[in-house]
Amino acid sequence: MPNAAYLLLIPLLPLAGFALLGLFGRRYFRKTSGVLGTSLVLVSTALSLWVAYWYFFIGGFAGGAYRTIPVLQLPWLRFSSELSVNMNIALDPLTVMMIVIVSFVSLMVHTFSLGYMKGEERYSTYFAFLGLFTFSMLGLVMASNLFEIYIFWELVGCSSYLLIGYYYDRPSAVAAAKKAFIVTRFADLGFLVGILILSFTARTLDIDPLISHIIHQAMFAPQAMASFLGISAVSWGLFLVFIGGAGKSALFPLHIWLPDAMEGPTPVSALIHAATMVVAGVYLVAKLYILYALIDPLIQNIILWAGAISALLPAIIACTQSDIKRVLAYSTLSQIGYMMFALGTFHTGNGGTMGYSASLFHLFTHAFFKALLFLCAGVIIHQVHSNELKDMGGLRKLLPLAHACFLIACLAIAGIPPFAGFFSKEAILLAAWNSNKFVYGIGLFTSGLTAFYMFRLYFSIFWNRPATGHRHKQPFVESLPLVILALGSAFAGFVPFTRFITADGFPAASEGIGLSAIAPVSIALLGIGIAARLYYKQSPRPQRAAAAFKGFYQFAYHKFYIDEVYTFITKKIIFNSIGRPAAWIDRNIVDGLMNLLATITARIAAGIKGIQSGKVQDYTLYFFAGIVGLAVLFIYIYT
Amino acid sequence: MNQVPLTHILIVSTALFFIGMYGLFTRRNMITMLMSIELILNSVNINFIAFNRYLYPQRLEGVFFTLFVIAIAAAEAAVAIAIIINLYRNFHSIDVEAADEMKF
Repeated sequence: MPNAAYLLLIPLLPLAGFALLGLFGRRYFRKTSGVLGTSLVLVSTALSLWVAYWYFFIGGFAGGAYRTIPVLQLPWLRFSSELSVNMNIALDPLTVMMIVIVSFVSLMVHTFSLGYMKGEERYSTYFAFLGLFTFSMLGLVMASNLFEIYIFWELVGCSSYLLIGYYYDRPSAVAAAKKAFIVTRFADLGFLVGILILSFTARTLDIDPLISHIIHQAMFAPQAMASFLGISAVSWGLFLVFIGGAGKSALFPLHIWLPDAMEGPTPVSALIHAATMVVAGVYLVAKLYILYALIDPLIQNIILWAGAISALLPAIIACTQSDIKRVLAYSTLSQIGYMMFALGTFHTGNGGTMGYSASLFHLFTHAFFKALLFLCAGVIIHQVHSNELKDMGGLRKLLPLAHACFLIACLAIAGIPPFAGFFSKEAILLAAWNSNKFVYGIGLFTSGLTAFYMFRLYFSIFWNRPATGHRHKQPFVESLPLVILALGSAFAGFVPFTRFITADGFPAASEGIGLSAIAPVSIALLGIGIAARLYYKQSPRPQRAAAAFKGFYQFAYHKFYIDEVYTFITKKIIFNSIGRPAAWIDRNIVDGLMNLLATITARIAAGIKGIQSGKVQDYTLYFFAGIVGLAVLFIYIYT
Repeated sequence: MNQVPLTHILIVSTALFFIGMYGLFTRRNMITMLMSIELILNSVNINFIAFNRYLYPQRLEGVFFTLFVIAIAAAEAAVAIAIIINLYRNFHSIDVEAADEMKF
């Protein structure tokens, strides 16, 4: 049993870093704030690795399965005798895995930022924000109370906002930060209402009792549950919680904030908008997986299709974009779509919960290769001082290390064996095959697209044309995380994942990689081949290919006009039909009433102010008039 | 003894009172206004003495009250003259019209 104090140190050390650097960083730690923040996260990472080792190999395994171990029970806000918000920490396989991923990626990004952000004016502020984010994300994955999760969820959103808007003198960054905050906040409203509905039904906010209570109720007294529009309250609650997760994970209709979030510094994109925060929605659905799987097939289908659409559409958009970070952002959206539809593949047959392990396996491997891709993008952007693909080309000579790492990451995300992405994507596709053939088809097609757009990126950056410029020296602190993450991307697939993390906690044998792997690998190779043919050398072929799909290409290039649709809905419909009448009422009726009162008072005051003339004799006159008046009054009363 | 009737004395004091009132309202010179106030006070004194003498000849309250009024009038004159001197220092005039800083 690990001491709860050690476990608490994991999130609290980055918090301490945030407090220290945020309060005193600019004065006392101008140069050392990076090293300070990084070493605190290093300790956190070491502790979390130790906790993972302890949980998976020593203490967590009992009775043939991995159990949930409550470590800390701390009642925090008590509403009634039964309902309270507790600051609980419980270890289960999912939590332990997330702690490791979050602290590890955070450490990599901290280290990379030591070199990347050097010389920035707000260097210490940057590390303070990174510390705050790491704290909130660790808190989010350690929490075992829904409301506690919600608190950290908002903290994560807040620190993401701060980091996207880090370059606050750029209007586009400010707009992107605002957009990210508003869109996710809008979705979080659903999360909050969902929490309220679920806790109202289950009479508790702690996750494990909540799950068992709702399952029990659904099994034995389904008619006792309230319903709305023919759908039970629990289903509504689960759906709304899923909406919250969809906002944070940027699932299809709510994805618009993520590409814009690339305005933040590149390491931040690696940490928050690729590897950790955006998978919070997947984490949330996985945490409540049993409910999603058992309560209502409708909700499960929604998850399945939301995930499938989110996998396909961003992949199409990614093929047309020219900003390297945006392509990576759309690829993140697509990969999260994969994770999400894997969670929706539950069926009550043998291996019905395969999707759970597959999804989390993909989350695990994706963290490595996507963080690696973004850090490589950071190196490339520093080299050419631009995000645009047209400014790049032939960089393999100038950036040999980034070239090798980028290639490994591309192979991993494209699903080429034996790199990490192959195993996880294979598991997801297998789960989809067993559940819904159509979604399997979408997944297969998307994996071809993924291979195409990633290698389009790879060839455009590193081959395509002779390089210009001279080589920047890459500091050691930037190279080290690249190498470590590249090793992870290459070998993380060999982790026997189902041995550790399954929906019910019982270790399962890994699915053998068999003939089913032929289709995804060959379609990925096809995608790579097309990309190589179009982009290996400078040629007019890409333009011709774009011209061949002219209408559709334009449609995808403009991101399916989804931003425009949102603008239309908010500006034209909501502002015009609600905002303007409300503004009119405010201006004319509410303000008008107040103005009327003020005008009356002012008029009366203007009328009587002449009495106060400043002349002594006038005052004397009033005085005598008053006395005469009083005298008359007394005479009238007493006679 | 052929006494002067009370009403005659009251007519005198009333005349004095209104002469004082008239001075207070019409003069712009502060010294003159002060003098008018003294006239008003003296008319009151005459009333006290007259009522005391005619209604309660064996008692002395009215006389004492008059003495107090005279003492207070002296104190009031001192205060008023101090105010007038200050006014003169600030406005170089003892015209009440000149001092209208306190208006709205």
